[in-house]
Amino acid sequence: MNHPSPDTRRAERRIALSFGVSMVSGFALLGVYLAGGQTQVEAVLLAISLGGIGAGIIVWSQRLLPNDLHVEPRHPAADPASTAVRDIVAEERAITRRSLLIRALGGAFAGLAAALAIPVLSLGPAPGRSLFQTPWRRGLRMVGLDGQPIKASDVPVGGIVTGFPEGVPGSADGQTLLIRVGPGLLRLAADRMAWAPDGYVAYSKLCTHAGCPVGLYRSVEHRLICPCHQSTFDVLDGAQPVFGPASRPLPQLPIRIEADGTIVALGDFTDTVGPGFWNMHDG
Amino acid sequence: MAEGERPVDGARPGDAAMPAEGPASDLPERRTELERVLGWFDTRLGLASTVRVAMRKVFPDHWSFLLGEIALFAFIILVATGTYLTLFYTPDGRQVTYQGPYTILQGASVSAAYASVMRLSFEVEAGLLMRQVHHWTALVFFGAIAVHLARVFFTGAFRKPREVNYLVGIGLLLMALGEGITGYSLPDDLLSGTGLRIIDSVMLSVPFIGPWLASLFFGGEFPTVGILSRLFVFHVMLLPGLLIGGVATHLAILWLQKHTQYRGHGAREDNVVGLPFWPGQVFRSTGLFFLTAAVITLVAGLIQINPVWLYGPYVPYVATVPAQPDWYVGWLEGALRLGLPIEPTILGVTIPSPFVPGVLIPGILVGALALWPFLEARLTHDHAEHNLLDPPWRTPIRTATGAAGVAVFLVLTLAGGNDVLAVMLDLPVETVTMIFRFLLVLAPVVTWLVVYRMARDVRDGHERRARTGTKPEPPAVLLVRGPGGGFRDAEQEP
Repeated sequence: MNHPSPDTRRAERRIALSFGVSMVSGFALLGVYLAGGQTQVEAVLLAISLGGIGAGIIVWSQRLLPNDLHVEPRHPAADPASTAVRDIVAEERAITRRSLLIRALGGAFAGLAAALAIPVLSLGPAPGRSLFQTPWRRGLRMVGLDGQPIKASDVPVGGIVTGFPEGVPGSADGQTLLIRVGPGLLRLAADRMAWAPDGYVAYSKLCTHAGCPVGLYRSVEHRLICPCHQSTFDVLDGAQPVFGPASRPLPQLPIRIEADGTIVALGDFTDTVGPGFWNMHDG
Repeated sequence: MAEGERPVDGARPGDAAMPAEGPASDLPERRTELERVLGWFDTRLGLASTVRVAMRKVFPDHWSFLLGEIALFAFIILVATGTYLTLFYTPDGRQVTYQGPYTILQGASVSAAYASVMRLSFEVEAGLLMRQVHHWTALVFFGAIAVHLARVFFTGAFRKPREVNYLVGIGLLLMALGEGITGYSLPDDLLSGTGLRIIDSVMLSVPFIGPWLASLFFGGEFPTVGILSRLFVFHVMLLPGLLIGGVATHLAILWLQKHTQYRGHGAREDNVVGLPFWPGQVFRSTGLFFLTAAVITLVAGLIQINPVWLYGPYVPYVATVPAQPDWYVGWLEGALRLGLPIEPTILGVTIPSPFVPGVLIPGILVGALALWPFLEARLTHDHAEHNLLDPPWRTPIRTATGAAGVAVFLVLTLAGGNDVLAVMLDLPVETVTMIFRFLLVLAPVVTWLVVYRMARDVRDGHERRARTGTKPEPPAVLLVRGPGGGFRDAEQEP
């Protein structure tokens, strides 16, 4: 064997040092863990432990291994003149009415696919009417998360609260924004003005774009903004969309204020809440 | 070693791991421990002679060929750390009362899934590190996939005979995207739940089948208690299984077809020039694996990611800003943000607003990417085999088209952060959105034209020099200062 050159010796020392650092770091990590642990220190030690091995191996490959280029021939995947594919197909040529059988087999597989669709269809209930409805019904009071009725006096002018149908606090599709605006500001259609008594107006909180809760309210401009995709709705103008990807207004919840100050629904929302789907207008 | 001791087939027990180069007389007389152990296996399995041939396989050596390897290494780290996380995670959407050490949330109603992630983060020593390594590795995984794909695209590595492996790669990309989205959704924090809500809306938007699709996927109308256990099965069983099979196929085809190579060093269409698999490539790749793991660990241990305790548990009536998804989903989020407020009803069928940006445009982009090899072959009438890679300037149309695609991706990704950018630039978010809508059309066109011109000019310059016989400008010479103080050309032997 040849005597190693000084370069080789130096490389060997560096590799050994690298592995050594890795080893020390690994044991130190164990020590830190046993001593109670500290995430950042553990990460640094683990990184050094991994990096020492990596660096050592890289230096090993660059300095100690032969790095002269090798040449290998390439061959095409298949000889264009090869008849292998035809031979394979020909193996079952004995059948006479082949195309008929293949068509029949295709039909059988189609039937099997239809049969196998059954477990897939069991993954969820048929959509049915649930997308068109929310728990809101005539006479239901609006409650807070705690299930207690919201009082009109809880909402100052310019204020906003999230309410739910009585009995379903936290309802995903029944979530409603109750907003109070100054007197005379609302510009709703004539038949809807009665549903917004004394400047109190209630809209679905579900964005009509992608269903996020429309959680931001710029009270000065009376605009609701969806934090997900910035669809913006004009509260004074029936929550019509004024910017962003939403194209439908937030459906309005018809409400009445009782003598005791509680808010009572006169029915479900004026339209399908939340994101659209192909037959949403059939509701 | 005496000639007579060699078995007829030329393979000695124990030399499986030895480099095949060089005469046998270079081998030391005494067998090492390693040889003895490997020999024990070889006398039983008889694999050494086969393995020895495989070990000699030549792979071209270029840094850009390591990008795909980094993706592979990231995948290995994801499987390892992910397996650890499953030992603590509970895929259960039912509500429990949080009673852990994070005082702010004590007494709050959270899902069992969220509580298990909180426990892993706060009560399992080094659990947070594992979680953060997993999440950061996912980000690196997509980064490596993206640049690997860019390398393959811009050098024309997808051409015949590699169209099949290109499609396998696109399939892997989509499965990885599925992994990313399902994994992001598992902690059931406020951001992940909001993400699910948006996925539900995009599913709903598909004409005719949308409501069915969403109901079958979520097991009912959003939000459903059972969705987390479904996502969990997708994330830790179905998709990883497909990914492992896909990665194995990807590598097997690569092995079978041999790697592409750049020109130079005697590389031709009908040869491979590079380093043998063993020891050169194995050493480099192993070293790279450990260095990749080291860098990810360092970043993941020091830079916080996905602090679900700050977001809080998911409740369907709360959303927060700013809320950005992981970077590889940003383009989809951006497309939704730039979407137009149009929901036409055609023959009684309403096309909801998320359909075009959420389904149609991503479908067209991914479809165009997947079909590009076939499109290009048809346009250029080039149906020959290609094992030599193109420098991007040689193919101006391909390069310009790819660059335009990157421009679309960048605009959409930035648009996914339009609210953050609006704050940074002190502009109304409406203005920023309008600029991005405009850029989405303009940027790819301008990019295409500029890149096409640049690539064509470079190519024409090369061709002109080749025609007129003028030599290209001599390449830069790297001078190295020797130990004696003198300078020499780095290319020359000292």
